[in-house]
Formats: sequence, C-alpha cells, structure tokens
Amino acid sequence: MLGRTANGLFWMFRYLERVENTARLLDAGLRMALTRDVISAEDEWRSVIATLGQGAGFEAKYGIYTGTQAWNYILRDKDNPACLHALMRTVRTNARAVRTAISSDLWTAVNEGWMKIDEALSRPVTQSAVGDVVKMIKGVGTLAHGAFGNSMLRDAGFHFARAGTFVERADSTARILDMKYYLLLPSVSYVGSSLDAGQWDQLLRSVSGDRAFRWLNTGKADARGIVEFLILDQRFPRSLAYSHTLLRESLTTLARLHGSDGTSSELVCQSAAMLDELTIDQVFDEGLHEFLTGFMFRNGEIADAIAQDYRFLD
Amino acid sequence: MSGAADTFDEMHDPSGAVRAGYAEYCRWFDEQPADLLKRKDQEAEASFRRTGITFNVYGEHDAEERLIPFDMVPRIITANEWRRLTRGIEQRVSALNAFIHDLYHRQEIIRAGRLPERLLANNDAWLSNMVGFTPPGGVYTHIVGIDLVRTGPNDFFVLEDNARTPSGVSYMLENRETMMTMFPELFTRVPVSTVSDYPRRLARSLAACAPSATTGKPTVAVLTPGIYNSAYYEHAFLADQMGAELVESGDLRVVGGRVCMRTTRGFEPIDVLYRRVDDDFLDPLSFNPDSMLGVPGIMDVYRSGGITIANAPGTGIADDKAIYSFMPEIVEFYTGEKPLLPNVETYRCADRETLKYVLDNLEELVVKEVHGSGGYGMLIGPTASKKEIRTFRAKLEANPQNYIAQPTLALSTCPVFTRKGLAPRHVDLRPFVLVSPDNVEIVPGGLTRVALKKGSLVVNSSQGGGTKDTWVLKD
Repeated sequence: MLGRTANGLFWMFRYLERVENTARLLDAGLRMALTRDVISAEDEWRSVIATLGQGAGFEAKYGIYTGTQAWNYILRDKDNPACLHALMRTVRTNARAVRTAISSDLWTAVNEGWMKIDEALSRPVTQSAVGDVVKMIKGVGTLAHGAFGNSMLRDAGFHFARAGTFVERADSTARILDMKYYLLLPSVSYVGSSLDAGQWDQLLRSVSGDRAFRWLNTGKADARGIVEFLILDQRFPRSLAYSHTLLRESLTTLARLHGSDGTSSELVCQSAAMLDELTIDQVFDEGLHEFLTGFMFRNGEIADAIAQDYRFLD
Repeated sequence: MSGAADTFDEMHDPSGAVRAGYAEYCRWFDEQPADLLKRKDQEAEASFRRTGITFNVYGEHDAEERLIPFDMVPRIITANEWRRLTRGIEQRVSALNAFIHDLYHRQEIIRAGRLPERLLANNDAWLSNMVGFTPPGGVYTHIVGIDLVRTGPNDFFVLEDNARTPSGVSYMLENRETMMTMFPELFTRVPVSTVSDYPRRLARSLAACAPSATTGKPTVAVLTPGIYNSAYYEHAFLADQMGAELVESGDLRVVGGRVCMRTTRGFEPIDVLYRRVDDDFLDPLSFNPDSMLGVPGIMDVYRSGGITIANAPGTGIADDKAIYSFMPEIVEFYTGEKPLLPNVETYRCADRETLKYVLDNLEELVVKEVHGSGGYGMLIGPTASKKEIRTFRAKLEANPQNYIAQPTLALSTCPVFTRKGLAPRHVDLRPFVLVSPDNVEIVPGGLTRVALKKGSLVVNSSQGGGTKDTWVLKD
C-alpha cells in the first residue's frame, strides 16, 4: 500500500472520529443547556467550546456564550477552521483521495453523509432544528463505521483506519476528561465530594457512556467511579484502556504484515500494558491532570511513530 | 419526434417507423407508465451523486464537482454497423501507431512527400527526446478514443482522434451500470453486448506492454494529477477496477534506475505507468521544469527500458487538428488501403487560398484551433453572432496556421428523455480502443455524448453536454 494512502486512511478516520466526538459534545451541551437558567447555560457552552479547543476563536468573534451562536460556531462557522462542516469535508476529501483503498459501501456512506451534512449546514441551524441535525450527524458516523466493518478487506488499510480511529478517540476522551475535571473540580481535594451530578452526567453523555455507566454502577455517579470508568474500563469502547488495547491490536497486526516491529507498535504495547496494570489510586496519586497530560503526550508520540514507521510522508 | 429533414434520426426512419435496432426498446418504452420514467430519471441523478461520479470544473469554486447529465434513452448500434465501424477504427488506429513510430524514426512519410515537414517543425506535441527511441512492444497509443459522428445510414465520419489521453471510459461503464440497475428487465429483452470487462482488458493490454526490466507479473499504476483534476473520478475508478495503484507525483521517485512508488514497506518499482498527466508535466528534468505533477528522471528510466509509459510521450503529435486533415493520406500510406472511415472535410487555414475561402464562408463553417480541445476556442458559424464572427475573423487573419475549418455537419440525432417526452438531440460517439503489441481491441460500446440543448451541435461535457448508454447489439 502507498504511504500516502495509509496516511489518507489514518487521517480520514481521525477526522471521522473528530466529527463524531464533536457531535457528541454538542449533544451533551444541548441537553445541559436545556435544563439550565441562562447564566449556567452560558457556562455550559463555554465549557463545550473550551473542550473543543475553540475558546479563543469564539471569544474573538463573540463576547458572550449564547446557545445559537455556540452551536453554529461549532457546526458551521467559516471563521472556525475546526467547525464540523470543515471536519466532514476533510473526511470526504481524504476518502476521495484513498478511493481505491476503501470499499464502495464505505465511500457511498461517507459521500452521502457529506451531502446530508453539507445540506443541513448550508444555512444557520435554528433551535428547533439543532437536535435533529446532531442526531443526523451521529447517524452518519454510525453508518460509516458500519460500512467499514461490514465491507472492508482486513488488510493493512483496515488497520491504518482503525489506528486513526483509536489514536483520535484516546486523545478525545483524555481531553474531555482533563477539561471537565478542571471545570468540575477546582482542586483534587474535591474528589469524592458530592458534586453537581448533572455535570458528571454531561461528561458521560459527551462520550456516550451514560447508560453504560449506570448499568455497570447501578445508578451511582461519583467522580472517582466515572474517572475510573473512562480511563481503565476495558469494556467501555471509548475508555483510554480500550482505545489503546485496540490500537495495540492494529499496530501489532501492521507490524506482522510488514514483517518488522516498528517503533509505533513498541510504544503502544508499553502503553496498553501500563494501562492494564494501572489502578485508579495510582492515577490520583500521580494527579489526574498530570496523568492525562502524560497520556496525551504518549498518544501523540505513537501517532508520529506510525507516520514514520509506514512512510506516510516522504 | 423527428429532427430537421436532412438530419439522420437514429431511432426512426424518414417515414417515422422505428428502425430495426430500436424495435424492442421502443416496445418496452411504450409499455412504461410516464410517471415511472420521470421518477427513474430523478433516481438516476441521485444515484450518480451518491456514487460521486463527478467531474471537476476549474475556476468555479462552488460548483467544484459537477455531474455530467445522464440521459436514460440508450443509443443503439446494430451488430452490422458495429462490425463496419470496428474495421475502420482498427485500420485507423494501426495507421496512427505506425505513423508515430515513423515520425520519430525514418520519417518515410515526409520523405515521400505525403506530409509537409513544417507540420512537425512548429508542433508543440513533438518531443525530440523520443527521436530514435521505440517504446516497449512498439506501442505508442495504448488507449485511443476515436470520436465519430454520423450523418446517414452508412455515413460515419471521424471527427477527432484522441491519441494522448482520451477520457470518458468511466462514464461508458457507469452509464451501463446505472441502466442495468434501473431497468434490469430491458437487458433480458434486448441482446446488448457487455462492456464491463473493459478494465480487465485494459489491465491485460497494459501488462502486455511491460518493459524489459520487468521481473514477474508486471506492476501497473495509474498516475493522476490528484483529486482536483477534472477527470480524477475516472482515474480512481480505473485504478480501482484494474486493481492497480493510483499514484500521484509525490508517491514516485527514481530509485536504482527504476520508477518506484513509496509504499508502507519502502520503494517498490512500477513496470507500466498509465499516466493521466500531459507530456509537458511528466518529467521536470526533461520538460516543464516547474511541473509538480511528474517524476524527475522518468524519461531516462523510460529510455533505458525501466518503465512503460502509456500513452507514450510524444503521441500527441498524431492528434492535433492540423495532422488530422492528413489522416486519409496517413492511413493509405501505412496500410496500403483506402480509409474505411472518412474524415470530415477539413480546410487548412495555413493555405492562403483555403484561408480566403474560409474567411468568405465563416457563417457556414466550424472553425477550430489546431491545438484546442474540449470545445474551447472554436467558432460554430451558423449559430454564432455577428460580433463573434467578427472577433474570430480577426484571430484567424492574425494567425491562420493555428486554425482549421470544417463544414457544419448534420450530426445524427437520438431521442433524449425530457419532461415533455422524447425529443431529438444531436449525438456523437467515442469508442475506446486498446492497443498491445499484437492486438487492437475495441470494447463493443463507447461513450455517446449528447447536446442537451435543442438544435445545439456542442456535445462536450465542459460545454453542458450529457451522456447516454451506448448499446451494441449482439447478432
């Protein structure tokens, strides 16, 4: 497979993941804002936009955080290079560039998805429409993953795509957790105190983990339990441990297919093994923020190593 | 239903009766409820959009990818007609290949006084690097598109030879796919020859031209300028269908005397490169030094037998419009036979007498730039305004050797589906020809382009033309 194609697949799926994560965060923000008074709703939107890393751009353009402005900024603002519309365009552009390496089912799902999203975001999104738009976008992601799983040849391309998915997902979950943790907990001494259950609910919703968590924890929602769930629970498909376990699977397969152990597979094996052994106490002993910062750094190193190992660029 | 009195109607004879080839189709058509066909028409467009069968238009940001309109009434060619066409095309393509070889070697045709030397002297498509070099298998034009127009029952004319990089074959294939999906029952009622094995034939034909450096099964790759090129869809489609790599300039590098692609395992040699970039951009070391689309050093590898480039660089010498006017002589010179497919009568404006005739009759002629393509830079006398004619007259007088002129032909018509029912529109036909060292083959079909405006003779997609599925009937 061409290095450029591997690169295209990797980034196509990173961006697809980013589209979905953005939609999830937005969904959580919407739910929270609906149940708030104006002032707290403003805080919700501030936190959603901060988690996306779009705070500076938003504040330069708008002084205050109102719902309509916030979701339109996230979804379709031309001044926001990371708006969902631009992300989805990138997914589609990458898909076109690697057209010969993806199944036609997947291509059609992405192309149709892009057409739907492009149409829905061609004009400002109103309050009454935003819920449906977000639902539709999430559906586009689900459909693309379905087509991917059902129709892609299980060769190197499949694993480059999965590597992109899980690198991005690990980063996203860590980032959401880090951001929320700061917003929610002014200091580590707050861990375990009774906190605003609604905010934790938002955190879980933004990773589509609310139902899973409730099911596993019979209704309890404490900070420590949620943090453990998102970092260490191998059963939850957006946890750090799960993401790196699947990333390890794909990178070791790639190394085997290429007949050489690359730096990337070494790094991910270390990370996944470390997460296997880790306890939540150790995380808090290190400091959650410090732990997450370290994790994101290592995750980024793995991504760089993949590009090196497989000659993504020259 | 019928067009102007002097226009050949593909579906009906002058008495209004349906021609034999269309009989079964028309029976089927008459059975269909009008509503259903209208709905199918919309479905077809949606399906093309979903599949992403688009072409890009330069310089129009918002409409960066466009659909070529698809018309769901097929153009039907009988087995007999096709046999005659095939023989004519094979003859012409063999002559083209021999002609290019001769030009880059002994130039017998010029020595014999059958072709003026000046046609080569100032020709941009001439590549001096090709002089004295014979490409692997002796093939120059691996893939050729011959544009044909029809004016009567037995009157097919060659309008243009596309010998460098003919495009449109993906539409031939997708149009058929779409028709088979929409109207499967039609294909059980009408015996239509299949076109779907074109990519397999293309792959085989290209592999048969592998260079001497090839070891084992030849590696074939398609070279595209990238996703913003107008024909990117086709490049990706063909690579996909052939199971070949789709490469861009950035993927390629000359390593150890071979042209190699950067794969996740390192650099791997390519044996046959089906390139969809122009000569000028192929090798910045040999041609345009600013080119970002080519491979530095590929011409050296080529000349040392390390790679096959399809079509061969320098092939374009055979398909400019000044050369076209000599095709009857060329065919005769290399095959020793009379051409089976005539040219459209062509006036060479470089000739003073002829120029005078052309200037006096601009209102009735089509004038084309010798190197132009895609319907740009041409004048269609009968439909042009006085002002357009004035402007063109000035251009023609300033640079006569840059133009040829042809009489306006009464292009045949084929019905298209409109909201008000069937209506005749002018069509042309581009069959696709594959050339390998010992074989010339033509898939039974081709791309029918259709002018969508009533009365218009312009069928180019870049000028708003559409396409139709083309059926060659089995005996």
